[in-house]
Amino acid sequence: MNTQAATATGHVVHRDPVGAKTGMWLFLFTEVLLFGGLFVVYAVYRQMHTADFHEAAYELNRYMGVANTFVLLTSSLTMVLAVGALQRGQAGRSLRWLGATFALAAVFLVVKYFEWSAKYSHHIFPGQEYLKELPHGQDLFYNLYFMMTGLHGIHVVIGMIVMAVVFAKIRSGAVRAGRHGMLEYTGLYWHLVDLVWVFLLPLFYLTA
Amino acid sequence: MAAASDASAGTATIHTGPGYTGSYFDPPLGGRTGLWSWLTTTDHKRIGLMYLYAMGTFFLVGVALGIMMRLELLNPGMQYVDHRTYNTFFTLHGVIMIFLFIVPGIPAILGNIILPLQLGAEDVSFPRLNLLSWYVYMAGAFMAVTSLFAGGGTPDTGWTFYAPYSLRTGTNVSLAVMAAFVLGFSSILTGMNFITTIHRLRAKGMGFFRMPLFCWGLYATSWIQVIATPVVGITLVLLFMERTVGIGFFDPARGGDPILYQHLFWIYSHPVVYVMILPAMGIISEILPVFARRTIFGYKAIAMSSMAIAGVGYLVWGHHMFTVGMSDTARWVFSLLTFLVAIPTGIKIFNWVATLYKGSIAAEVPLLYAATFIFLFSIGGLTGLVNGALSTNIHIHDTAFIVGHFHYTMFGGAGIGLFAGLHHWFPKIFGRMFNRKAALAAWGLIFVGFNVLYFPMLVMGIMGMPRRYADYLPEYHLPHMISTFGSWILAAGIVLMVVNLVRSARHGERAPDNPWGGTTLEWQTTSPPPQLNFAKVPENPGDPYDFTRIIAERGQGR
Repeated sequence: MNTQAATATGHVVHRDPVGAKTGMWLFLFTEVLLFGGLFVVYAVYRQMHTADFHEAAYELNRYMGVANTFVLLTSSLTMVLAVGALQRGQAGRSLRWLGATFALAAVFLVVKYFEWSAKYSHHIFPGQEYLKELPHGQDLFYNLYFMMTGLHGIHVVIGMIVMAVVFAKIRSGAVRAGRHGMLEYTGLYWHLVDLVWVFLLPLFYLTA
Repeated sequence: MAAASDASAGTATIHTGPGYTGSYFDPPLGGRTGLWSWLTTTDHKRIGLMYLYAMGTFFLVGVALGIMMRLELLNPGMQYVDHRTYNTFFTLHGVIMIFLFIVPGIPAILGNIILPLQLGAEDVSFPRLNLLSWYVYMAGAFMAVTSLFAGGGTPDTGWTFYAPYSLRTGTNVSLAVMAAFVLGFSSILTGMNFITTIHRLRAKGMGFFRMPLFCWGLYATSWIQVIATPVVGITLVLLFMERTVGIGFFDPARGGDPILYQHLFWIYSHPVVYVMILPAMGIISEILPVFARRTIFGYKAIAMSSMAIAGVGYLVWGHHMFTVGMSDTARWVFSLLTFLVAIPTGIKIFNWVATLYKGSIAAEVPLLYAATFIFLFSIGGLTGLVNGALSTNIHIHDTAFIVGHFHYTMFGGAGIGLFAGLHHWFPKIFGRMFNRKAALAAWGLIFVGFNVLYFPMLVMGIMGMPRRYADYLPEYHLPHMISTFGSWILAAGIVLMVVNLVRSARHGERAPDNPWGGTTLEWQTTSPPPQLNFAKVPENPGDPYDFTRIIAERGQGR
């Protein structure tokens, strides 16, 4: 698997797909632990303020949360289809699936925007005086909600940027069948973003 | 020489192809020369050197801050600085020494330079990522340095940024914690790179148990970097958010728990002490066999004990918090696990001593540093058990004893390990020998100065001298005075060592390819190595510590 070829400049180019994938998995590992720290904080405070957490969760819009879950799960499917198409050499089809994934990610963010702005209009947002007047458990719940969905949202945005880059590279032919690692790793990352959300949904929306 | 003239004629593949015997200091192809060729390099050796220069500078700044603290403590009462300035001194000293020097130090400097050479590889798995981690490191360092001057003034929380004080102080803690976050990111990238390199780029025929032990040390280290660093990353981000928008997680006034911050902080920051020490232990395992001209005793035990230390090291963080009011069950479990770390550490020490037994010992500078490591680290390790025992911990918690203990492990261990490695691989890295007499004198000053500086701290700590105090009662005057004298001796030794190494890198005698009679792969290439490390890619290197050939060529005795 570990092949190399000298280019015209005499620079040796290594190609090691297994190594690259190893690196990607290690990176995903660190992402899990990054969110893991927040899940620990959540677990501790939910244990301390169980009733407040239930109470506060009523404020979140369950329907939007569930709808967004379907949006993200579907985007994972379209991502897999994009990878599969490119592996079979169907670059055009792959581009369409990747575009669909990108669009679904955008839909997710739009829904999130409406959710957040609704909260904001109710003065539920980190730094608002209103939160400090709530019972401690509810205050912590909302702050955790914004920290965790916020960090997740940042990951969605990063995912979209990476998708746009890969999109351009597939079009230019730099990423193609046999050299599709970059799309595959983007897919791995995207599934992780999806997976994190699958945990966020029950912890915030469904605890009420 | 023919190769070099071809290169200037612009012929391709000269710097990379088989048979090339030039040095990685030669300007690479592509027309990049001078500083630019360094700033854009993906050569692991050049990146390692860039780390060395940056970290060496920060280390000297940290030393200067330490000297100033010791100077204030020379006599009771306040002489040179006020209490707040003293607080910023120990914070800066901690932040610089830990985040900018000793955590990334050995992996980023010697790991980068030596790991691919020892594996028989041309570079690390992700050379461009490697360069990126240097830039991320520099960005973090820039933020850390800026936080000293900008905003509300130099942070005064201590390097641990404990809440709730870190939430309330007007000093520039926000930027400092984000600097630590960015530096952590650099550390994660290096860790990922090394794990992948070790899995994928070992020479043909080099199984995991044919790897030199320094690689094992780096392997264990890299896993800790990858697994533990993200947790402190998110913790510091939360601290930042707490200070900027107010999220209440660590603020008792809003139902938050400052103790939770301590837990999250130490979940990373205890394992990270093994990031500092494990590669140093790897260096010692390289040096001892070479200078005893004898195979390492207990190869597998040393390799596996590195992994054991990394594993058990995750589960002991609570021993920093015995006095915060944890449950008794948590305390005895953490105490027991802490004692368990001593077992793999003891295995290493006994194996090292057994390696020297009946060896043909050459008391060269690297060996002297390695022996110093064993001596100082044994003191550090044993005083660690004093801290790990619940009853004694209550007595010595937050005293100078703790300061003495962790300087014996971190400086006496990781720092001296780095010095040992720098001397050991100096001829390989620069292609020149260091001045032996000056190096011996520097070693002597460092050894004596170190003990004179830190041993009195252990004594005063037991007497009851608290840490982080700028002033003290008259009964502590004598140990403080001795300790400050020691700091001058130590500083003189460090300055002499630095001057000697810097001078020798330019003006030293030309070094042969294998000056010490080492058996691992890095000694089989030229000094300094060519850009892609080996004229002929090594295969089936066999037992890394088999000295039969060296003994046949150079004899058993010295």
